[in-house]
Amino acid sequence: MTIDVDNPGRHAAEARRYRMLRWLRRISQGLFLALFVLLLLFTNIDALDAPDELPRISAPVVLFLEMDPLVAIGTVLSTHSLYRDLLLSLIIIVGTLFLGRFFCGWMCPMGTINHMIAALRGGRMKGRARLEANRYRPAQRWKYIVLVLFLAAAAMGSLQVGLLDPIALLTRSLALLLLPAWNVLTQDMYAWSMHTQSAVPDFIVTPVSWALHAVLIRAQVVLFENTGLVLLVFLGILAANRYVTRFWCRMLCPLGALLGVLSKTSILGLEKRPSLCSNCNRCALHCQGGDNPEPGMDWHQAECHLCMNCVASCPDAGIAFRFFPSRKESTQVVNLTRRTVLLSAGAGIAAVPLLRTSVHPDAPPNPALVRPPGSVPERDFLSRCIRCGECMNVCPNNALHPTLLQAGAEGIWSPMLIPRIGYCEPTCVLCSQVCPTGAIDEITEKEKGWVPQVDGGSTENPLRIGTAFYDHGRCLPWSMAKECIVCEEWCPTTPKAIYFESVEVTDREGNYLWLKRPHVDPALCVGCGACTYACPVKGEPAIYITAVGETRNTQNRILLEKTAGSKQGGG
Amino acid sequence: MQDEPVSRREFLSRSGKAAGVAALACVGGWWLHEPERHPFARRTEAAVIRDLRVSGITPSLVVGTGSAPAAVTAAVLAGLGGMDQFISKGDTVVVKPNIGWDRRPEQAANTNPDVVAEVVRQCVAAGASKVYVTDITCNDPTRCYNRSGIAAAAREAGAEVLPPSEARLREVNVGGAMLGMQKVFDVYLEADKVINLPIAKHHSLTKVSLGMKNLYGILGGNRSRLHQDIHNSLADLGNFLRPTLVIVDAWRILLRNGPQGGSLDDVEERRSIVASVDQVAIDSYAGATYFGLTADDMPWLALAERYGLGTAAYETLPMKEVQA
Repeated sequence: MTIDVDNPGRHAAEARRYRMLRWLRRISQGLFLALFVLLLLFTNIDALDAPDELPRISAPVVLFLEMDPLVAIGTVLSTHSLYRDLLLSLIIIVGTLFLGRFFCGWMCPMGTINHMIAALRGGRMKGRARLEANRYRPAQRWKYIVLVLFLAAAAMGSLQVGLLDPIALLTRSLALLLLPAWNVLTQDMYAWSMHTQSAVPDFIVTPVSWALHAVLIRAQVVLFENTGLVLLVFLGILAANRYVTRFWCRMLCPLGALLGVLSKTSILGLEKRPSLCSNCNRCALHCQGGDNPEPGMDWHQAECHLCMNCVASCPDAGIAFRFFPSRKESTQVVNLTRRTVLLSAGAGIAAVPLLRTSVHPDAPPNPALVRPPGSVPERDFLSRCIRCGECMNVCPNNALHPTLLQAGAEGIWSPMLIPRIGYCEPTCVLCSQVCPTGAIDEITEKEKGWVPQVDGGSTENPLRIGTAFYDHGRCLPWSMAKECIVCEEWCPTTPKAIYFESVEVTDREGNYLWLKRPHVDPALCVGCGACTYACPVKGEPAIYITAVGETRNTQNRILLEKTAGSKQGGG
Repeated sequence: MQDEPVSRREFLSRSGKAAGVAALACVGGWWLHEPERHPFARRTEAAVIRDLRVSGITPSLVVGTGSAPAAVTAAVLAGLGGMDQFISKGDTVVVKPNIGWDRRPEQAANTNPDVVAEVVRQCVAAGASKVYVTDITCNDPTRCYNRSGIAAAAREAGAEVLPPSEARLREVNVGGAMLGMQKVFDVYLEADKVINLPIAKHHSLTKVSLGMKNLYGILGGNRSRLHQDIHNSLADLGNFLRPTLVIVDAWRILLRNGPQGGSLDDVEERRSIVASVDQVAIDSYAGATYFGLTADDMPWLALAERYGLGTAAYETLPMKEVQA
């Protein structure tokens, strides 16, 4: 370790403090990443020791999303209101206004993952190549363009920030891909350990099986449809670190851009002391943000993650972080011309009507698009949903899956019910509890009203999500002279929406037999899809759900009804 | 191109290696080729019958009524001669209540938790080394196990509550007229004793759901196909798993909208518990007594009789009524 020779005492103390700060930053990154993953794991109710009362998620599982300023500002632009705990984002906003992008360097789990992967690569990159890769480059403006584009679209009522918001993106990628993959692996190993006991001695199998049981995330395998693109985006982000350290954070991240803009007022900054600098370039070699920390160059404050690598690796005290730093050296904030801002905003505004030429949220709905219970009307839904996938992660029945184009290009990766894979659990309202933005409005079990409760609660005005229909050609009692009515057995409403008539039919040999033929009463059906899930006709089921009858859309109805109050506060 | 002659040493060593690997491949292939014999087999083709009845017990029917489910259950078990008759020291016991639906005890879709707890306590007192309480539910297992009150009650009584687990299903040939290879929860294949603990409730297809219908819950996989020949399927299940004891919970019975129910208007309080070692007689008795059905209304009884599982003519069995 080289210490400044002119003033060894003072500089040594300063260097120690920065190295300690760097360690603090590392610990903070590790803790926040661990917290993020833990909260994702806690987003289900598999624990059997839950008390008799209604299962609730007690951990603040969407904390990171609720602290996310991009989610907050995006939804404020698109809905003119701040939903529930999004107020927490003020912590990050106020902190950034004073300190700069500490979130990126110290808290962001996506940033931490990129940091770690880049460190693997950066360790191998040497000398000039590494220095060049770490210089500020004009491409770092892209992220501001992305930000302006998204915010302009949000102002037009189409919230797309979740596509690239790092917290939403990471939540989605981990919940829909990595946790299920882990789940498949541990399930298979557990099954193997449970069924090889005859071949392998107990003293080996028992601890292995116990350990596997302890790390199983869910008792059932949970897998998601339509995740190919999610995987590609995630892998692409990770792989880009190979070429430029934290490529994503520097070039594309719209949250980083937002925090960069907010850091304009920051009172904490880098002070450069060219007289002390020996031009060793160590600061730039270790820079995470690509903000040119070395004396003699413009420091880009909006790019700095406050990772403390530059000051902790400086042997000369040539740079220092200071409150109210002296600005003898030039400091740049956001490097963006007014023309670029206007053009990106124009593009964001134009994108919304263009996206809506394919599927307009007010157009007749796609029958396959069954939204989770509590979902607000489609137009409002698309102004709130950030595609974080938490509703899909929490669903106990694996019923919710990301869309591809079912909700139009505008609604990609938003949740839809696929009852063939899982039905909507009648007494469950977990998706509405975890939704951080109110795309699924928070409802109670009583408001859902699918099942009569012992403690009262009406089922007369349930929150419907769709209606079931028979495909007579595939239904066993309707077309194959076979007994079945599993659908009726599973129908959860009281009285059951599925009823049957007993009819006498002749089979192929001419024998008479009595069969129970099922029917749906659309006045009672809530669209849960339990019938579709349980239908023994594999492949296309003999009973299927479409969105018609959903409470949230007063136009999407079959039956003539007396105007009933919509539960979405519609009237 | 290479024209140099191969040395004798090299010829021997290379041929030897090839022969050695080939021999290993042959041995390995032979070892693995029969799926039933290899040590990692998850399927067994030969039919399995799990007859867990205790020999030397004369079948009888004991019917208890009273003011508290646990006390009546205890009285009924005492009326049968005590749990030690059925459970030996060190036994692994599976108690199989109906936990199929996300319903509270008052809604009478699941077995009464007090009855389950009392049976568990008696098993523990009789010296069982392990008592499992489990069911493969229809609704979300966490909700069913908790809302039914069974998870808490059973655990407090000393049982290990086993949630359904895909990984613990084993495909076996249950050897029935309709049912062949089925995915069965592995505890039933390893337990020493099984106590079947259904609730008496309405079911649209079978008119009533009782003991043999409750055995549905030992199966995973695509079990909704069983409805296509439900009577043979029920008899096949009873034939595959012949429980040590059947206790029918008729404390509250569900008269309509079964098997889930929901409305308390569909529930009737009968305050009765019935027990027998004859799984056919007890279904016949409970169907007749609580739902007014004859044996002809319950065709699976005759099919089960044909397997020699018991008699549908429950009147021929000695009957004891107890009060608690």
